Amino acid sequence: MITILIILSIGLAVLSIAQLMRVFEASSRLKGDSSPLPTDAENKYQSKMMLVFLFGYFAFFAWLVAKYGDKLLPVSASEHGVALDNLLNFNFAIITLVFVITHVYLFYFAFKYVFNKDRKAYYYTHSNKLELLWTTVPAVFLAIIVIWGLGEWIDITMDETPDDAVVIELYPKQFDWTARYAGSDSTLGASNYNMISGTNPLGVITSASLSEKIAELNEEIAEFEAELADAPEGGLKEEELTEKIAKWNRQLENVMSFESLTTLEKGKDDILVKSEFVIPRGKDIAFKFRSRDVIHSAYMPHFRAQMNCVPGMVTEFTFKPTITTAEMQEITGNDAFEYVLLCNKICGAAHYNMQMNIKVVEEEEFNVWMNEQKIFAEGFVDDGGTSTATVNNEVELTMIEQ
Amino acid sequence: MATAHTDHHHEETFISKYVFSQDHKMISKQFLITGMLMAVIGMIMSSLFRLQLGWQGESFWILNFFLGDKWAPDGILDPNMYLALVTIHGTIMVFFLLTGGLSGTFANLLIPLQIGARDMASGFMNMLSYWFFLASSVIMVVSLFVETGPASGGWTVYPPLSALPQAMPGSGLGMTLWLVSMSLFIVSSLLGGLNYVVTVINLRTKGMTMTRLPLSIWALFVTAILGVLSFPVLFSAALLLIFDRSFGTAFYLSDIHIAGEVLERTGGSPILYEHLFWFLGHPEVYIVLLPALGITSEVIATNSRKPIFGYRAMIGSILAIAFLSFIVWGHHMFLTGMNPFLGAVFTFTTLLIAIPSAVKAFNFITTLWKGSIRFTPAMLFSISMVSTFISGGVTGIILADSALDINLHDTYFVVAHFHIVMGLSAVMAMYAGVYHWFPKMYGRMMNRKLGYAHFWTTFICAYGVFFPQHFLGLAGVPRRYYSNSEFPIFDDLVSINEMVSIFAIAGAIAQFIFMFNFFYSIRRGPKASANPWGSNTLEWTTPVEHIHGNWPGPLPTVHRWAYDYSKPGKEQDFVPQIVPLEDGEQDGGAGH
Repeated sequence: MITILIILSIGLAVLSIAQLMRVFEASSRLKGDSSPLPTDAENKYQSKMMLVFLFGYFAFFAWLVAKYGDKLLPVSASEHGVALDNLLNFNFAIITLVFVITHVYLFYFAFKYVFNKDRKAYYYTHSNKLELLWTTVPAVFLAIIVIWGLGEWIDITMDETPDDAVVIELYPKQFDWTARYAGSDSTLGASNYNMISGTNPLGVITSASLSEKIAELNEEIAEFEAELADAPEGGLKEEELTEKIAKWNRQLENVMSFESLTTLEKGKDDILVKSEFVIPRGKDIAFKFRSRDVIHSAYMPHFRAQMNCVPGMVTEFTFKPTITTAEMQEITGNDAFEYVLLCNKICGAAHYNMQMNIKVVEEEEFNVWMNEQKIFAEGFVDDGGTSTATVNNEVELTMIEQ
Repeated sequence: MATAHTDHHHEETFISKYVFSQDHKMISKQFLITGMLMAVIGMIMSSLFRLQLGWQGESFWILNFFLGDKWAPDGILDPNMYLALVTIHGTIMVFFLLTGGLSGTFANLLIPLQIGARDMASGFMNMLSYWFFLASSVIMVVSLFVETGPASGGWTVYPPLSALPQAMPGSGLGMTLWLVSMSLFIVSSLLGGLNYVVTVINLRTKGMTMTRLPLSIWALFVTAILGVLSFPVLFSAALLLIFDRSFGTAFYLSDIHIAGEVLERTGGSPILYEHLFWFLGHPEVYIVLLPALGITSEVIATNSRKPIFGYRAMIGSILAIAFLSFIVWGHHMFLTGMNPFLGAVFTFTTLLIAIPSAVKAFNFITTLWKGSIRFTPAMLFSISMVSTFISGGVTGIILADSALDINLHDTYFVVAHFHIVMGLSAVMAMYAGVYHWFPKMYGRMMNRKLGYAHFWTTFICAYGVFFPQHFLGLAGVPRRYYSNSEFPIFDDLVSINEMVSIFAIAGAIAQFIFMFNFFYSIRRGPKASANPWGSNTLEWTTPVEHIHGNWPGPLPTVHRWAYDYSKPGKEQDFVPQIVPLEDGEQDGGAGH
């Protein structure tokens, strides 16, 4: 009923506007204003509006800077981030200047050179001098920006990671993160997606996790086989189960091939954490990223750091934190401030809530914390991370049925 | 819908005139109206998700009204539907409005009329181009109604998210329809593009040398070449994705464990898709932008009563932009783990584009200088286009810098940048084009007062929507977030989101002023004269009532460039291209 009323009233509104238009047009015809071109008064008015807009636009810009300028990211908490911020500020200085100058000319000319039937426009087709000027001046500024920018880029991405760097792997899935420290041997143990299980979310390969996974797969295969024995012959159920058993057997084969790996002990001392990871101030943190399902992106805005996590490949990013969480709480005047890791590549329904806290502490404190953590060989308990997003379950069910 | 014309050409039936028309003028109107209808859908979608973003988690009956109990239970938007809305909004605006709608309308209308041709090289291919476009639009709209929802992986539809139905509901049937629709769209765009290229090369009238072509034709011509060279690559990307989705291949898949099981397909890489996608995706930006720049050149010159400044430099910069647009795609992929050295190369090539772009902006501004400016609604939209081109363009310098992109990639800063430089510029120019060539399309005038009202509300709301988003980006807010309230660091920015939403919804409502003016004027606008703006180009030498073949007698002969406005020694402030040069008179476009 409401819908009909709404549609009806919209229809009536359009009709009445149409009638008004006709009256309006008839009256302007009576006034003898039938030229398709704007009248002198209209031209004058619009040209003045150009100037008004120019000031309004700049005022809006200034107001936004005043109101939100201090609500942007605080000072960078990483070493390279400070250099990036300087580069960014330099860029902003230049583009703001260009923006202001060009807009002043654009709208001022529009205001000043309003139509006047007694004045003929200036027939000015081109000027090689002017055009050369505004080809070379931008080129020079861009050259500065390119050289400076690429210098930073090379520093950030191509510098060799020092040997004493803390190695951390970030492994996202829909919709949470797990971090893995390399442990006392500073080497991440081998891992493979075939090894993933409830107690081994990263698929780390150690001799213990291998036998556990082999046992798990065998158990599941046995379950399927038992089910298959009960299933009616020739039915869909039978087909499905036969396929599953074949698939599980192939996975088992893959998993068993890992037994010949020589690095089986490297993963034992790895440390897996969820919901929060801790890093020491002043040391290089060498991140390695993989992904379990779809593309995610590890975004740590306070450190000016970001890298995509792509299934099937390992990506890397290294930075050196310079400000501890406690110090940043002081700088921002916010006792509850925490550094965060966000997902910044669309990855599904709860993409907006895929977070992990990052705590930056002094090195001694970091060492103490590390010693308190259970190593992978002692087992890993999934605390579920921090994702509390609600997903439309009904939809998910439909999905699985398909 | 396009039934404005009451004149009858005797040999034509209703079907051959309005439906399966092979006349470029009618096809142009068909593209325009289809594009407009698609744009309305895309715009309503943006208003719906802006409701959620402005007032996160609050209930709105209108969400429930449009989306039903499944996708907006109790008027609260479902996160999956949010992603679907963003995805389809992007797809519609980029492809259906600003590629099909913009190029389809103006290439069809202007190419034959401005080069002095009877019609396109192949009227039949041209008709096919429209019908493929319509079929693709219909399928895209149909995909909105499937049970698991339309494609939701973002308009770039990166696999594995888009490849695996287990990953999200929108990657089911909705995604299949998206791919089918896009494939048809690509066919449409290739049929159209080839036709435009051939027509411009072969069918120019006597005297219409390449250096006498209006800039609108140069822009549309180069755009068509870009499309012909880059859309097939998107087609291959889509094809491989269809294979991965439906036939068990692994072009884009490897090492995946999803929905509790391993995926047995390995050896592919999603990065391959990204390369293929952006090899189209970046030229696509210029496929959208170049026609906009071309239209702006025409409207600004005509209404400043002044030659476009630096005609040859304008052509040069169109060609430079087009060439460079093919070697910059990697700037969308700085953070994919691509070799950092490649990143450095793409930074360099990307920043090079700023130079021809700057030349264009400065030349537009200089065209205004000492002009005699008539503020028609088309002129206002063109001036605003120059403003958005600059405002959005300068932030591109920051994003092109791989080092700075680390922290700004995929944040609202990017959203602000491309919406202003590509979205707004192209939309503003499209409006300029419609207001300017409406008399040519429909033989009537649009209402000027409504045009002014439409312009000011649109222009102000446009900046109101996108300018503040730079600040969200600088605060580190990622795009495509259903809600920011899960992160306390974004709590201070709630009022920006509210402001943006208010402007967005007000701006969307303002577009109905235009819709009303458009459809009202088709039927009831005052009759137009043959050359209402005092323009030089050939389309204004055709009769007001459309006829097949455009000119009743022989084709016009061109004697001069298109920009002899206010030429010294001439009585009128314009000299049409068909007027022969006087003894000793220099042609403005040639020489120097």
